[in-house]
Amino acid sequence: MSYLAKPKFRHKGLEQNALGFTHRDYEGAISTLCAGCGHDSISAALIQACFELDIEPHRVAKLSGIGCSSKTPDYLLGQSHGFNSVHGRMPSVLTGANLANRELIYLGISGDGDSASIGIGQFVHAVRRGVNMMYVCENNGVYGLTKGQFSATADTGSKSKAGGINADSPIDLVSLALIAGATFVARSFSGDKTQLVPLLKAGIAHKGAAVIDVVSPCIAFNNHAGSTKSFDFVRAHNEAVNRLDFLEGREAIKLDQAPGTVEDVVQHDGSVIRLHKIRDDYDPRDRVKAMDYLQQRHAAGEMVTGLLYLDPEPRDLHAGLNTVKAPLNRLDERALCPGAAALTALNDEYRAG
Amino acid sequence: MSPTESATPDYWHKVVDCQWACPAHTPVPEYIRLIAAGRYADAYMVNWHSNVFPGVLGRTCDRPCEPACRRGRVEEQPVAICRLKRVAADNKGEIAERLPKAGAKNGKRVALVGAGPASLTVARDLLPLGYHVTIFDGDPKAGGFMRTQIPKFRLPEAVLDEEVGFITRLEPELKLGRRIDSLKALLAEDFDAVFVGSGAPRGRGLDVPGREEAAANIHIGIDWLASVSFGHTTSIGKRVLVLGGGNTAMDCCRTARRLGGEDVRVVVRSGFEEMKASPWEKEDAAHEGIPIHNFLVPKAVTHEGGRLTGMVFEKVRAEYTNGKRALVPAGEPDVHMACDDILVAIGQENAFPWIEGDCGVEFDRWAMPKVDETTFQSTNPKVFFGGDAAFGPKNIIWAVAHGHGAAVSIDRFLSGADIAERPPVAMAMTSQKMGIHEWSYDNDINAALRHKVPHLENAIALKDIRAEVELGYDAKLGYAEARRCLNCDVQTVFAPKLCIECDACVDICPMDCITFTADGPEQDLRTRLTAPAVNLEQDLYVSPALKTGRIMAKDEDVCLHCGLCAERCPTGAWDMQKTLIEIPQAGASCQNR
Ligand SMILES: Cc1cc2nc3c(=O)[nH]c(=O)nc-3n(C[C@H](O)[C@H](O)[C@H](O)COP(=O)(O)OP(=O)(O)OC[C@H]3O[C@@H](n4cnc5c(N)ncnc54)[C@H](O)[C@@H]3O)c2cc1C
Ligand SMILES: Cc1ncc(C[n+]2csc(CCOP(=O)(O)OP(=O)(O)O)c2C)c(N)n1
Ligand code: SF4
Ligand code: SF4
Ligand code: SF4
Ligand SMILES: [Mg+2]
Repeated sequence: MSYLAKPKFRHKGLEQNALGFTHRDYEGAISTLCAGCGHDSISAALIQACFELDIEPHRVAKLSGIGCSSKTPDYLLGQSHGFNSVHGRMPSVLTGANLANRELIYLGISGDGDSASIGIGQFVHAVRRGVNMMYVCENNGVYGLTKGQFSATADTGSKSKAGGINADSPIDLVSLALIAGATFVARSFSGDKTQLVPLLKAGIAHKGAAVIDVVSPCIAFNNHAGSTKSFDFVRAHNEAVNRLDFLEGREAIKLDQAPGTVEDVVQHDGSVIRLHKIRDDYDPRDRVKAMDYLQQRHAAGEMVTGLLYLDPEPRDLHAGLNTVKAPLNRLDERALCPGAAALTALNDEYRAG
Repeated sequence: MSPTESATPDYWHKVVDCQWACPAHTPVPEYIRLIAAGRYADAYMVNWHSNVFPGVLGRTCDRPCEPACRRGRVEEQPVAICRLKRVAADNKGEIAERLPKAGAKNGKRVALVGAGPASLTVARDLLPLGYHVTIFDGDPKAGGFMRTQIPKFRLPEAVLDEEVGFITRLEPELKLGRRIDSLKALLAEDFDAVFVGSGAPRGRGLDVPGREEAAANIHIGIDWLASVSFGHTTSIGKRVLVLGGGNTAMDCCRTARRLGGEDVRVVVRSGFEEMKASPWEKEDAAHEGIPIHNFLVPKAVTHEGGRLTGMVFEKVRAEYTNGKRALVPAGEPDVHMACDDILVAIGQENAFPWIEGDCGVEFDRWAMPKVDETTFQSTNPKVFFGGDAAFGPKNIIWAVAHGHGAAVSIDRFLSGADIAERPPVAMAMTSQKMGIHEWSYDNDINAALRHKVPHLENAIALKDIRAEVELGYDAKLGYAEARRCLNCDVQTVFAPKLCIECDACVDICPMDCITFTADGPEQDLRTRLTAPAVNLEQDLYVSPALKTGRIMAKDEDVCLHCGLCAERCPTGAWDMQKTLIEIPQAGASCQNR
């Protein structure tokens, strides 16, 4: 951590986006995490993704639970809405916020402890309901904030900093998301922004439940030999199935690589996800095969990364509930409080039959 | 590209833009930090060691360091490096005890022609080593143009006297009021070496009709300024035309304003923008109510019965062909300006009527002596040149730099060493780390814009030619300005073996200086960095291949030296280390210090 605020000076040649902002306009407060924490790299990748997507910061709501990872929303997008909820309860708070105002972009930022231990029930339900959000789990295999106990995502047999061996089975958040019906599922690594930034962009643009599990080494408690979430281990076992570019709008779709290795997936809103296939036989639209492949590679001790599953025609919670199109804050009092007669009519509906 | 040879002092020296640009390589950030700490005497001594005349230069330096200063690339204006030097000089208190003493005589005798800054620097460097130094000057006092040309309202005499005194107390043999009129005769005396620091003493004249007839009221600028300086000239007509666009013209017009000139105008051939005068000199002239008329070429002097009445100018405009500028007639009617006096400040020339053709000193076709740019030796091995006499008119700080270089040569020459071989630049590097995020320098980047130097009111300044116009920063302003310095000498030093490529430094760097990427030729690498590296004058700091096969490339251009990269690095792969670079002076090769 640093005590000093990051200087306001910036490189005069920085690129500007359509709003006239540079990436530095998407920064937040200076991070108080340990020097070298993977979470800080993910914050930087999120900043870059929002910058590249020309997002107006005040159209974003960042929600989190408790943990080092859950502190990070403070370190990005200083001009957006934020809610630091209780441990493991972020998915419910996010669901509520989304129901009240469906027009904001929802970033759920969590950790492996927050999502896979105390908040596991909340996590799967938000996913199965198809809440339109991007749920990022900053996965370091430990409870970083409480000094490095194994979390539920720690691999069996992995070694703690103090030398203890984890005997329990790990929970794989990617598999869990697939089972729960997430329509966008990806895994990446904090140390590889060229892979991570386009995934975050595609995840933000996805109009359904997007889950990204980002392996994020904990420098202080889980970056030693024997850990399966260290920089060295992840670099040695990272098996990317694809790389992608996220393109907005249909225009300028021209392939620059040999067919067969590149495939464009057109989304419902017209945006395009261009897949540069690394494994030719991997089809991210086949959910069952994806699950099968993940289990196989996990058994082989490898970590699969990339865009793992995508449903280009997602349905979200509002469609299922048939809710009003406008955010609640734009409805007037009459619409929000239709009066006793309307309540009676509603109650009568349930009594009938 | 190949990994940076960062061990060489030159690589790090170049990062300290101001020190690199200073002809005498003054360790600027070092003295600025001392000023911020209120250690004025220490700050003064750092300066004095490098540039010999901190009080004079803190008021008059041409400041080549300031356009180079990194701060100017980061925000709008450079650090006021020059005026901070004055803060050190004004507040230094008593420092006599810290000055060197004359050394025990070594029996070698050196003659210096001229007592300007170049010669005085040679004297300062050689006297502590025991040389017998004799200084000749035609003028009655030492100081050269610093005394005779620079007006007292810019440089009070007491400031000059004090700093000249720091050298004369080393007891050179002073032969003032003695002009050398034969180099041959001088060489015939028993001197082991001669240094020529005689300046560029001749003002260029103007050849237009009417000039002879009205000669009584047409003056050569530098002669006139010298005459004012010695108190021979104390008044001038009410209407004065100053011809020329350099700093001499600015000193002439401002001096004229103080000697009774009411309607003083500067007239230049070129456009206002292309004038040679420093921007701040033009500003000061404008502030004293002196207009500058441009694109006017002198055509004729008008007079009535030998009494000057004015001057006729032809109007011109600039025309560019292949990027070259030519002044062509604008086709407008000529302009007549009435005046009582004309000051001609259109250039200075060297003149060596006292150097005979057969004394071994060869001249080139521009009548300049053939002088080696590193050793300052002429074609006569015993004769060295420096200052304006060596390569034409420059400024004080260049004269000082030449003086140091020539002193090294003379010392080596008279010790029987090869003068072409120069003593190596010394560099010390010290980590500034005191704790996880504590440094022994102030890394909290200050956002303030450049502070203005307070000036004396015109009403008072224009009445007294000796009243110093600039009041200088007081201690408080000096501190505020000192805080703007980015400490460019506190360097970002990278240890590739420690790096785990976590990206923390890339993410925190406020200036997007750092990139981890695939190696490539420099030209290509420059386009692939986090922020484009377009300033080709600034180096890329490049590591060998790291674990993932990538390299670390840092663009030095706009690094704030904030140390955040080092604060964020979990492994200490970045460290902030202070480089103290010392350019060797005479004696360095023989002494341990
Ligand atoms: C009007 C004016 C204003 C200037 N203002 C500035 C300024 O603000 N800042 C700046 O940095 N520079 C300024 N300069 C330039 C600066 O003064 C010179 O570049 C500098 O003084 C050169 O130093 P020097 O030691 O080479 O010679 P000088 O300072 O020129 O000294 C040469 C000395 O040699 C003596 N001499 C010459 N020939 C003989 C001889 N044959 N025998 C004995 N003695 C001899 C002369 O009398 C003189 O004293 C200014 C110049 C002028 C003309
Ligand atoms: C209800 C509740 N139970 C337990 C805790 C203690 N606690 C704080 S953070 C944390 C785990 C955080 O782990 P993770 O989500 O992985 O975040 P990390 O710090 O590793 O990024 C725990 C158990 C708490 N704050 N609240
Ligand atoms: S910021 Fe300070 S150290 Fe850097 S170039 Fe300017 S004066 Fe020199
Ligand atoms: S010191 Fe480090 S963090 Fe600061 S600007 Fe320079 S490279 Fe960037
Ligand atoms: S912070 Fe340190 S370890 Fe991390 S990438 Fe930068 S230099 Fe390497
Ligand atoms: Mg964790």
